Amino acid sequence: MPRFILRRAYFAVLTLLLVSVVVYGVFSILPFDPAALTCGQKCTPQVIEANRIKLGFDKPLWEQYWLFLSGIFLGRTYGAGSAEFTCPAPSFGYSFNENMCVTDMLKEALPITINLAIGAFIIWIIVGVGLGLLAANFRGRWPDTISTVFVLLGTSMPTFVTGLFFLIYVTIKWKIVPLSLSGYISLLDDPVKYFQYFILPWITLAILYAAFYTRFTRATVLETLGEDYIRTARAKGLSERVVLLKHTMRAALAPITTSAGLDIAGLIGGAIITESIFNLPGLGRMTLQAVYEFDLSVVLATTILAASVVITMNLIVDIAYGYLDPRVRMK
Amino acid sequence: MKNLLEIKDLKVTFPTDDGFVNAVDGVSLTVAPGETVAIVGESGSGKTVTSLSVIGLHNRRVTQISGSIIVNDKNESLDIVTAPLDKIRSYRGRVVSMIFQDPMSSLHPYYRIGSQLAEAYLVHNPGQKEAANKKAVEMLELVGIPEPQVRAKEYPHQFSGGMRQRVMIAMALMNDPAVLIADEPTTALDVTVQAQILQLLKDLQTKLNMGILLITHDLGVVAQVADRVSVMYAGRIVEQGNVDDIFYSPHAPYTLGLLKSVPRIGAKSSERLKAIPGQPPSLINLPTGCAFAPRCEYISLAPSGSCASLKPELLGSNDEHKSRCHVPEGMRDKTFAAEIKGARA
Repeated sequence: MPRFILRRAYFAVLTLLLVSVVVYGVFSILPFDPAALTCGQKCTPQVIEANRIKLGFDKPLWEQYWLFLSGIFLGRTYGAGSAEFTCPAPSFGYSFNENMCVTDMLKEALPITINLAIGAFIIWIIVGVGLGLLAANFRGRWPDTISTVFVLLGTSMPTFVTGLFFLIYVTIKWKIVPLSLSGYISLLDDPVKYFQYFILPWITLAILYAAFYTRFTRATVLETLGEDYIRTARAKGLSERVVLLKHTMRAALAPITTSAGLDIAGLIGGAIITESIFNLPGLGRMTLQAVYEFDLSVVLATTILAASVVITMNLIVDIAYGYLDPRVRMK
Repeated sequence: MKNLLEIKDLKVTFPTDDGFVNAVDGVSLTVAPGETVAIVGESGSGKTVTSLSVIGLHNRRVTQISGSIIVNDKNESLDIVTAPLDKIRSYRGRVVSMIFQDPMSSLHPYYRIGSQLAEAYLVHNPGQKEAANKKAVEMLELVGIPEPQVRAKEYPHQFSGGMRQRVMIAMALMNDPAVLIADEPTTALDVTVQAQILQLLKDLQTKLNMGILLITHDLGVVAQVADRVSVMYAGRIVEQGNVDDIFYSPHAPYTLGLLKSVPRIGAKSSERLKAIPGQPPSLINLPTGCAFAPRCEYISLAPSGSCASLKPELLGSNDEHKSRCHVPEGMRDKTFAAEIKGARA
């Protein structure tokens, strides 16, 4: 097992390097001058040139990439003399639009996105798997019908419809959840405000995924219920409850875990629409804004971050699979 | 001695998109302690549905079932047809156990062998974990698994097909059941392993004095282990008798056809297998007369028109050996016996 993890980690690093090269390459061939974007309308060529040197855009591409890469591990110093400033390691560059080191921006945005993703994940797993199990257990009867309606609504209503609906009705018209004005508050500081801040974004995001997981769980459970070993379990005299919750769920767990791991990885890359609707300053909204403003270093940083989260989750899922499925464990 | 299992006039039908399927139509049979009763028939003859209903594993929501399936234990008895599910469950694996056709897929891939065995014991003896684990290892040893202590901690994929069927047998016998239903227990195994499994079943039967209801389409298996045989065709028993009756003086044309279609060692290679012509009838619209009539070679011997219009009764000159056929028994005795001799010559 440790050997397997080492090998996978080695490939993960290689993949990340490749991702960073590709992103860097793509941005270098885009037809605009990164230095020119660093100041506004009243830019003079002198200021642009000064910024170019300050941010290192005057150097050849490979050297720029090398500076970016070494910055991650060693930190990076921009400019010289009295104008000198440093982004300490791990440095993902400097955003001229925000006048901040990108790492500091990530430090602010990441907790919000992670809290959003994990909260939504908990809701959608409970609702999706629970409803899927019910639907499979009562196949063709009313719980199944209800789950079908939920799935249909959940998958066909885009996040910006459900999100806006919650915002307009639940918060503004019915005033069930107060509008959160204080911004992000950690769970430990004030649990009530924390939940007020996140509950609607969680539900908005969870509905979409819960619908998918309801369908997925239902299909997986129904497929498993048709297996010979389930008939064996019944022939032993086990109750339907044990057959469903122990024998069937145990087998259905592996594919659900795989899917969940990858979905949560995708979410940590940023839930752009949900974050935008509820005005959450998370990673998704930050990336979107950076794309609008051609803020290269931010886009680069978030892309690499998202890629590393996906790769890490993939590794975790693979390791988890080894524990879930004894047939994989052996190899 | 009291019968362990008494099936009387069992009828099982279930709806499909094309109409009602009469899967089992008036089956009666008994299994006594220490006895092996085989149900023989081709695919779709109703033998598996019969066996599943004995353990109450038919689909209860859609299946219509009538008649009776009485299971007699030491001092209790139960009619599976009318009993509530809870009661049936308490019989499953304790009084009536079942092993299945495909040992490769009949064990849960994610649980250790030992814990799957122990579970079968724990269902009926809740809380007795230690006894269950001990019994699991004992049973593995009994069915001939080497190093049962070690093997109990392994997973099904670490076992070969024959070994898995041994494990299935061990699991079925965890609670010393009175009746073991074996639904094509050797079909998925190769011939040498098949012989070992059958020998094992026979040995265990002698040791535990259980009744075995063996479902198979393989006449070779029947000849090896069965005491009595019921031949099924289109949901009905067409011939019932002890194993010698069936093999040496078959009374139903279908049984005769089955016997003639078995390949023999020493037959000339130019000789073709004698298959029964035609197809078994659909169980949705059974013919009004004898279900086998369209494929039968002996219609001319029967009173004219009877085969097409009347379902033959299960009759015999003695209670032990009965068959369904309109051809007079005396005439069948002579003709069929001669044919069998001819085929074996």
